[in-house]
Amino acid sequence: MSQGVLASYEFLDSTVDAIEKLRKAGFDGQITAYSPYPEHHIEHALGYGQSPVRVWTLVGGLSGTAAGFGFTIFTSVDWPLVVGGKPIVGIPAYVPIAFEMTVLFGALATVIGLFVLSKIPNVKPSVVYDPEFSAGRYGVFVEAEGSRLQEARRIMEAEEPIEMREGAADA
Amino acid sequence: MATTQTREERGALTHPDVHRLDDVNRDVLKMLSRPGKGWWALFAMCLGGVGMFLGAWFWQIYAGVGVSGLMSPVGWGVYITTFVFWVGIAHSGTLISAILFLFRAPWRQSIYRAAEAMTVFAVMTAGLFPLIHVGRVWHAYWLIPYPNSRFLWPNFKSPLVWDVFAVTTYFTVSAVFFYLGTIPDLAAARDRATGLRRKLYTIIAMGWQGTDRQWHHFGKAYIFLAALATPLVLSVHSVVSWDFAMGIVPGWHATIFAPYFVAGAIFSGVAMVITLTVPLRKIFGLEAYLTVKHFDAMAKLCLFTSLIVFYAYLSEFFLAWYSGEPPERGMFWNRLFGTYWWATWTMLVCNGVVPVMLWFKRVRHSIPALFVISIFVNIGMWFERYVIVVTSLSHEYEPFAWGIYRPSVTEMMIMVGSFFWFGFWFLLFTRLLPPIAIQELKEVLPAPMRKKKAHDAEAHA
Repeated sequence: MSQGVLASYEFLDSTVDAIEKLRKAGFDGQITAYSPYPEHHIEHALGYGQSPVRVWTLVGGLSGTAAGFGFTIFTSVDWPLVVGGKPIVGIPAYVPIAFEMTVLFGALATVIGLFVLSKIPNVKPSVVYDPEFSAGRYGVFVEAEGSRLQEARRIMEAEEPIEMREGAADA
Repeated sequence: MATTQTREERGALTHPDVHRLDDVNRDVLKMLSRPGKGWWALFAMCLGGVGMFLGAWFWQIYAGVGVSGLMSPVGWGVYITTFVFWVGIAHSGTLISAILFLFRAPWRQSIYRAAEAMTVFAVMTAGLFPLIHVGRVWHAYWLIPYPNSRFLWPNFKSPLVWDVFAVTTYFTVSAVFFYLGTIPDLAAARDRATGLRRKLYTIIAMGWQGTDRQWHHFGKAYIFLAALATPLVLSVHSVVSWDFAMGIVPGWHATIFAPYFVAGAIFSGVAMVITLTVPLRKIFGLEAYLTVKHFDAMAKLCLFTSLIVFYAYLSEFFLAWYSGEPPERGMFWNRLFGTYWWATWTMLVCNGVVPVMLWFKRVRHSIPALFVISIFVNIGMWFERYVIVVTSLSHEYEPFAWGIYRPSVTEMMIMVGSFFWFGFWFLLFTRLLPPIAIQELKEVLPAPMRKKKAHDAEAHA
């Protein structure tokens, strides 16, 4: 459990300003922002780079291709049977299978990657949340203690929040 | 912030009557509240239809596949026709949710959730038909490659096995894509719900809170899923078309089949989206979200794919003549003027002639007209598959092997019942999940700005 302060904002620009000022004051890595939809201004303000989800997709997709070709070739060799006068291992005919497996493995790996990286499913959601964040408000939570908490509070208050409260988050 | 400016313009363009972000939650989530009499009436009708569907299927399992009209030479009939029809319906859902997402088409937001749900339920319905068709359904697992006591594997060179992989992959990926896109909206539903519903949404929203980290990975994952689903949707109907095109049957063995089937699938699917969203809009009063502009865009897509499909029909007839092959020529003559002339002409009129009306802006802007045209297209596209499957098989090479197929009552009951089965799931969907994508809609709405508010206050003073 870590202490912190949560502010909810009505406007996007005040949220972005608050985040930028907090980062300047050295609260990097302690900020959690909430928004009702994916907002790239907030992501930009927090300085996000590339999401590692893409690695999951690539590895999943390539292992799907390998699995598709590998399995069809293995089964053809396992019990060699000439069908329609075609070669025992007929690569062109296995392309549709390998393609479907690429997509299947790639998609499932993407979703698993998303779950791992964004830490869902999360049966015990943190206490610091406001149902309004899924409706129309933006939120900023800063993890801090003592005088740093007061400093964060002052910065966040300057951007006219609708509401502010102190609470504990499950970290 | 230049991007915000364009986004505001776009939001104002597509949804001029939606002003605030939380308006979306209010309007969409109220659809999940107590259902009206109309919903219950439709639901009861669908339940009855599902009863008929299951009854007819159980009768066929009990009495044997002989109760259908399938007999040599026509071994594929209404079941395979309906299978291809439902797979085709599914396609436009993925088109709207994945392909138009990658192209950033601003009109997809309001309809994509309903279209995506349609995809999942249509593939679910389609997947039943091969099982019904094989007759002895308890042996259906033989299609799955597993090490069995005979040490034999499925023949991976057969398009029918490709189809098993294509359709199961399509169902899995579209169901995952659908669920993933719904998670943030389920969280929104959770935050407004009470009692039992709140517990349910808490579980299926999986603790989504809309934090920056969640959105960051979500956005990327969604793009990758869309990028994977785009070639997938094109591949699935291509593989379905190869079920036919790989066979040396006149009328089937053509290289045009894959693009022709994909265009037909999108054509029928968009028509089905119109058929479903018109009543949805009316019943739930969603005029602010599903505007005439959305229907206009869908109508244009319908018109475009109708032209491709009609071009494919004409080139099929032309190539049959140009080939100089008597069986090919005879088959296509038989299509137009033989036993099944009525099916072919229904197909040509519904898919080629009726959509010509969509060239007119007045028709595209009239919701009742679009609804009627979309029903014509649905009928026409079912007949297209009937024509391809049945007329070709009934009129192959040797005249002594020609034959006539008549669908039996059991087959027709199962075919009609599948529409109720589909409707049953779709109706449940409109009550349990937010039928309009809440978070995606907010992306195109103007973001609330403190500085703009000051500006507005001056303007109003």
